[in-house]
Amino acid sequence: MMLLDWLLVVIAGWLALGVAGIPALRNTGVVARLLFPAGAFLALVLAGLALAALFTEPQTAVLALGLPTLPFHLRLDGLSAFFLLVIGAAGAGISLFAAGYFRQGEGTPPGLMCLEYHLFLASMALVVLADDAYAFMVAWETMALSSFFLVTANHRVPAIRSAGFLYLLVAHVGALAILLTFGVLQAGTGDYTFANMRAQSLSPLWASVAFLLATVGFGAKAGVLPLHVWLPEAHPAAPSPVSALMSAVMLKTAIYGLLRVVFDLAGTQLWWWGVVLLGLGLATALFGVIYSAVQSDMKRLLAYSSIENIGLLFVGMGLAVLFHAYAMSALAALALTATLFHVASHACFKSLLFLATGSVLHATGERSLGKLGGLIRRMPWVAALSLVGVLASSGLPPFSGFVAEWLLLQSFLFTTGLPNSFLNMLVPVVAAAIALVAALAGYVMVKFYGVIFLGQPREPHLAHAHPASPLERAGLVWLGAGCVLLGLFPVQVIGVIDPVTQVLLGAGVGETVRANGWLFLSPTSLGRASYGPLVFLLVVAFAVALTAWLVHRLYHGRLRRSAPWDCGFPAQTARMQDSAEGFGQPIREIFNPVFRMTRELPTPFDAAPKYRVTIEDPFWHGLYLPVARLTERLARLVGRLQQGRIAIYLLYSFLTLIVLLGVVRW
Amino acid sequence: MVSWTGLLAQILAIALALALAPLLMGWVNQWRAWLQNRRAPSLLQPYRTLHKLFHKESVLAENASPLFRIAPYIVFGCMALACGIAPTLSTDLPLAPAADAIALVGLFALARVFISLAAMDVGTAFGSLGARREMLIGFLAEPALLMVLFSASLITQSTSLARIVETLAHQSFAIYPSLAVAGVAFTFVSLAENARVPVDNPATHLELTMIHEALILEYSGRHLALIEWAAALKLFAYSCIGLALFFPWGVAEAGTPLAILFAIPALVLKLAVGGVLLAVIETINAKMRLFRVPEFLATAFLLAVIALLVHVLLGA
Amino acid sequence: MESLLAQTINLFAVALLVLAFAMIAQRRILTLIHLYTLQGAALVAATLVVAHLTGQHHLYGSAILTFVLKVVLIPVMLHRVIDRLNVRWDVETLFNIPTTMLIGIVLVIVAFNLAAPIASLSASIARGTLGIALACMLLSFLMMIVRAKAVPQVIGFLSMENGLFFAATAATAGMPMIVELGIAFDVLVGILILGVFMFQIREQFDSLDIRHLERLKED
Repeated sequence: MMLLDWLLVVIAGWLALGVAGIPALRNTGVVARLLFPAGAFLALVLAGLALAALFTEPQTAVLALGLPTLPFHLRLDGLSAFFLLVIGAAGAGISLFAAGYFRQGEGTPPGLMCLEYHLFLASMALVVLADDAYAFMVAWETMALSSFFLVTANHRVPAIRSAGFLYLLVAHVGALAILLTFGVLQAGTGDYTFANMRAQSLSPLWASVAFLLATVGFGAKAGVLPLHVWLPEAHPAAPSPVSALMSAVMLKTAIYGLLRVVFDLAGTQLWWWGVVLLGLGLATALFGVIYSAVQSDMKRLLAYSSIENIGLLFVGMGLAVLFHAYAMSALAALALTATLFHVASHACFKSLLFLATGSVLHATGERSLGKLGGLIRRMPWVAALSLVGVLASSGLPPFSGFVAEWLLLQSFLFTTGLPNSFLNMLVPVVAAAIALVAALAGYVMVKFYGVIFLGQPREPHLAHAHPASPLERAGLVWLGAGCVLLGLFPVQVIGVIDPVTQVLLGAGVGETVRANGWLFLSPTSLGRASYGPLVFLLVVAFAVALTAWLVHRLYHGRLRRSAPWDCGFPAQTARMQDSAEGFGQPIREIFNPVFRMTRELPTPFDAAPKYRVTIEDPFWHGLYLPVARLTERLARLVGRLQQGRIAIYLLYSFLTLIVLLGVVRW
Repeated sequence: MVSWTGLLAQILAIALALALAPLLMGWVNQWRAWLQNRRAPSLLQPYRTLHKLFHKESVLAENASPLFRIAPYIVFGCMALACGIAPTLSTDLPLAPAADAIALVGLFALARVFISLAAMDVGTAFGSLGARREMLIGFLAEPALLMVLFSASLITQSTSLARIVETLAHQSFAIYPSLAVAGVAFTFVSLAENARVPVDNPATHLELTMIHEALILEYSGRHLALIEWAAALKLFAYSCIGLALFFPWGVAEAGTPLAILFAIPALVLKLAVGGVLLAVIETINAKMRLFRVPEFLATAFLLAVIALLVHVLLGA
Repeated sequence: MESLLAQTINLFAVALLVLAFAMIAQRRILTLIHLYTLQGAALVAATLVVAHLTGQHHLYGSAILTFVLKVVLIPVMLHRVIDRLNVRWDVETLFNIPTTMLIGIVLVIVAFNLAAPIASLSASIARGTLGIALACMLLSFLMMIVRAKAVPQVIGFLSMENGLFFAATAATAGMPMIVELGIAFDVLVGILILGVFMFQIREQFDSLDIRHLERLKED
């Protein structure tokens, strides 16, 4: 059997697991102890198969499903194998965590949850395997629907229902655009297989139309400005493993789709496509990180941080398109490698952080940052692993986030050779903005970690927070290990990414990187740029150990515990710490024009002073509500046609009939 | 690969940094006192302070977590590595390929994140206030520093600090206007990053204005000593990076072990002059309000961007 | 040696640019005048270097003229004006300096790109700096737009003239002496008129805030 067949067996296994959840509808024991761990195992197998597939020739298969004239075509090449690897590796950790997470009494019964969850996983795998528009759209819509039901697991809460509907709406606007993309790409031949689309050579105009449609369609799924509004609503509404899966994996299928269309199906690339992607990505990244800094709900904060990361991925893709359009394939490969590295890295650290918020939510029942604090002492495992996620997410060496940032900045740095002087000037400015985004991400993550895990507990009941269950810990450890290993062995990881860039661009940095040794990552030459995370970590660790030893040896290790000093302030309560709002205050000050903010300030004479600040999305008021109002007005106009009397409706039919007859006559 | 002279130069560079960093601190303090018509403390005062602190017992808040205890060591380790990467004496450093300019900025950020998290750990009002301010300064200073290093990288076509110095110091002399602009930006950034006037006052203990002091308020004994030493190392590292980028002459090349002997006095001389300049800047400026600091750093950031643009325009 | 001197022109050009940026970010009127004086000095230095390198002697004349006018005469006049208006220590409240500077960056990019094709036509040694000169002019223009007080606006106007003068020197090795004299005279007259103007505004509104001028329009 071919690798592709084995992959299909795994996907079928997921579907079987999902169906097996139906008989065990309310039996949490079976679902949690048996079905989810089995799903995690299958995910691991999928990851292994995908890894093997990266280094083999593309394989195709045709399934006897689908339309009579258009059966499901499947194809496994480097690009789909890489994304399958990400789905499998992140899915394994999330499923493992989910096994310990889902409990009775949270809306949807666990058996049904299991079905939706595994359907979601299977549909994502099929999206990246699909090789014709029909199979792709079926998988894409299954993915959207199953995730919609997962988001609305707690459907008795009205806010969650409306978040779910918003998600569904944006997803369908996107799906429509994707469908149109395929319509353009098949160039009137009527053959909707990807193979046919590859064979067409479109005029620049039509290729650009396809590109713009694809950007809208996949951008809606990824959460690119201004189609991001569903993300901060849907992620907090969903159960944590689902948020993790959506943020870490599902958003990446949109990246996959865009890469597939731009580099594989469209045939040509124009330089201004790259500028569009760069601009969109930069705006999205800046918007995401600034808004995540002022959030006071931990899952909303992470949702905005996901928007930021999607922005960075778009910047990377834009750069790759730009270089590729100017036939600078080595640089294009570097930018694409950075993008794909960030895909893997973001899948690890963001799912880790979302899962950690799940553990915190279960342990405390609180989602608001203003009611958490000091959990490092009650949940040491979750705290330690979250620290890894936080450091990776802040882009700090030697963790995974830094490598992606490093590669991206490297590809910016050697750009000065573009044949367009305007672009040459734009690129350093974009690089500076990227550096700003990365540094702000550090600010956000310190806020996230410090307010949840450090300090004094802000509510009395946090003292009874219970640590995470062993299965939850196992899932977190798996993802944390991913963050560390991706960060420490970038050379080996790039070896895995290399086949993908070879497929898409016909060039790669893998060979250069390999030639420069396994210890130091150096995409061009050792003299130009190099980074050795392992050496980096060892030296710092050695310095730490040596210092500790010397200090204790030469002096002493005496230690005394006492009340905190705090400049001698006698009374210290948890309320005197910085709140999440306080931590966001400098950002609100500095980026004031970006926010749509309403504040209630107390007067000095208030007996019970209250301070309230609400920050809303400007796009919501500037774009979505006007569109909604317009729709409503149009609907009301249409509503005039409806009089409620049957005779009127008969009249409509009668008139239509006459008009149609007239048309036929003509 | 790794030559013996390189290894020797590496160990010498780190040892010299560890030994000289408090001296640089003392030198700056002395000049500051002189310029402000005060009687100056001894040049060796920082060593005595460190020695005293190491002897004292460490008093820890009751609810301090392990993160609080390990943070000083991590910060110290990061700064030691930073001093190892910056080409102070020789450009033949075995550690140089482990971390280039971007990783160096990441290294400073790592130390900053750890010290800020540690400050939030005990949960006092001042600790979290200090952490917030430190991160505020950090998120503006970090990209500015990165852009300054980028302007040097664009000139030398390398992000490795050792290679940058090699190229700048040992090729025929040329004037780089972009580097001049970057130098101004770098001065701004290093003042902010090292908690100096006009951004922060290293001598203040006034609660509402302090940044660095607020961060380390809960530390005592050996932990405080390590943090103070790390702060001195940071100043040393920043000075060395500044010297390496803008006055790279005197640094030994690979394969010239004897040149290191000349590099040491050159370094000491350059640092002494730099220290006096720092004291002058601190004396003639007043500390600014906290909400002027973002403006100050935004100016540095934009200057660094202009440096890059000037490089693209003029090719130098 | 020659090439090193040519490089110093770039250095002075960049100094002009940075000073123009510093003016945008500066709140104190007194410091603004100092910055303007420095800009004039950088201009003189650049002109001298160009004169030396190209051997065009009339440039020495214009360097002397610049020195007298922009480093000595106008700053002295400005000092006297702010003394008599009693605004020496005035600090202006400015709208969001970083935003203004961001707009400044955009202007720099635009200027650099606009100048690129023109510069390639010029044969002057300092043609690369044409973009910088253009950027200086645009930045000073921006400063005139965002300032609300009369004195900083006048300084913005003068600094714009600096950029213009530098553009002439850089691109074409200076304008004919007669034109330069004319411009110098114009600037001098301009500042005299503006000085009178400032006193008039002050008489009328008891403030130098030029937003008061909006009241003059007919309804």
